[in-house]
Amino acid sequence: MIETRDILETINMIRQENLDIRTVTMGISLLDCVSDDVDVLCDRIYDKITTKAEKLVETGNKIEKKYGIPIVNKRVSVTPVSLVGGRADRDGYIKIAHTLQRAAEQTGINFIGGFSALVHKGMTPGERELIEAIPEALASTQMVCSSVNVATTKAGINMDAIALMGKAIKRAAYLTKDNQSIGCAKLVVFANVPEDNPFMAGAFHGVGEPDTVINVGVSGPGVVSSAIARAGDCDLSELADVIKKTAFKITRVGQLVASEASAALNVPFGIVDLSLAPTPAVGDSVAHILEGMGLESTGAHGTTACLAMLNDAVKKGGVMASSHVGGLSGAFIPVSEDAGMIAAVERGALSIEKLEAMTAVCSVGLDMIAVPGDTDEAVICGVIADEISIGVVNNKTTAVRIIPAYGKQVGDSVDFGGLLGTAPIMALREYSPAKFIGRGGRIPAPIHSLRN
Amino acid sequence: MKAVITVTGKDSMGIIAGVAGVCAELGANIVDISQSVLQEYFAMIMLADIDKLNVDFSQFVDTLEAFGAQKGLTIHTMHEDIFNTMHHI
Repeated sequence: MIETRDILETINMIRQENLDIRTVTMGISLLDCVSDDVDVLCDRIYDKITTKAEKLVETGNKIEKKYGIPIVNKRVSVTPVSLVGGRADRDGYIKIAHTLQRAAEQTGINFIGGFSALVHKGMTPGERELIEAIPEALASTQMVCSSVNVATTKAGINMDAIALMGKAIKRAAYLTKDNQSIGCAKLVVFANVPEDNPFMAGAFHGVGEPDTVINVGVSGPGVVSSAIARAGDCDLSELADVIKKTAFKITRVGQLVASEASAALNVPFGIVDLSLAPTPAVGDSVAHILEGMGLESTGAHGTTACLAMLNDAVKKGGVMASSHVGGLSGAFIPVSEDAGMIAAVERGALSIEKLEAMTAVCSVGLDMIAVPGDTDEAVICGVIADEISIGVVNNKTTAVRIIPAYGKQVGDSVDFGGLLGTAPIMALREYSPAKFIGRGGRIPAPIHSLRN
Repeated sequence: MKAVITVTGKDSMGIIAGVAGVCAELGANIVDISQSVLQEYFAMIMLADIDKLNVDFSQFVDTLEAFGAQKGLTIHTMHEDIFNTMHHI
């Protein structure tokens, strides 16, 4: 029997507290599209995506209507393009990116991810070509997202790849300078990248996945925030319980939507990603949860502990609510996409060093961080290397999505609009790590990678 | 299968009759109603059996919403599964 109280609670979560399904992402394998002719490859990619994802948006809209819950994004992730590019050169890879864009437009989805390469141990000539093609590919498309995995706990850190990524990020910023360097917002550098992540810009369809799969990302920082506010002055054990119960409810909705989409599209269900994903909207902020837990401002000493507890409670609550959990599963702390984070940076409470510490206990990394446009390439590589080391040593995913906004200085901000939000330019240390980065080679895998 | 229909807005004559009329026309059988009026504010939660719906569920949702808009009411219709999933293990 459905109780009135439960009905009102659910409706309140959706209407007042911004509960939504952040994304239904269809993973599509492109492995059967390979050809030694780039044009044939592109045709096959286009046909496969537009056939498999033909009804994705329509199905998403139907589910949205049935349950009265918004599904904000319908997306597609594909096999890392470097694995199907074969002998394609830079221009060939750019052509593939344009094909992905066309397929995205045709299917009506919001984003397509997978212009990616996995180079944690080394690079093939094709992967090098793809990385060099990233800036042009991102500058000449709108919906294509790119990611490069440069390290794993097992393989160590590929510093040559990090050096190339520093260059690619700077060039993407330059090529999209008339549009606030937005190219960099669609590019992520990863350590220990998950193969079933439904969230952009880092989504791709891993090689261990089936031909097609449905992965779902839930959201709901606003719901957690309100639950904490209602809990009042309880102690932290009780607070953890409140978060767990809320995360359970949120995730159950994700599981329901995932099963429904999977059945309607006749595509196997992959995972539900438990991440708390903020948006710039008022009442949808992870930073405000931390502040609700008792911090004067996010960035205060104590922030890392708060976030660690939040992240853990979200996982514990969510894991029982879904048959398969995966992706990034944790709290996201992007700066530009979270009203509370933006405010914390603007009031001088949150620095890049504190953000780096926070990434050691939550799901992603330095996300959507805008820095001065004239930042030296080696400094960007240094930021990436630091963040990636945290992931490698702690056996977790970390990522960097950094925007050296062309022509901007500390004190300015960049406004991407929509879900990408507004990013105040953050200060970086200017001392140079150029000699360290220039050494190249690999940082060996940590000792605890030898688990066998 | 059931749908949960919530209706809120300024009270006026014939709200229940109107919503019930739309339900009957589209083949939804009302099984439970909980309704109250606070000052001039009308709030109702209605449970309707939708097994014999003669239109698509999306269309049912849209028709009720449009009817609500005409009368100055907010009407949301949701499939019961979202509540069952969220609140029952």
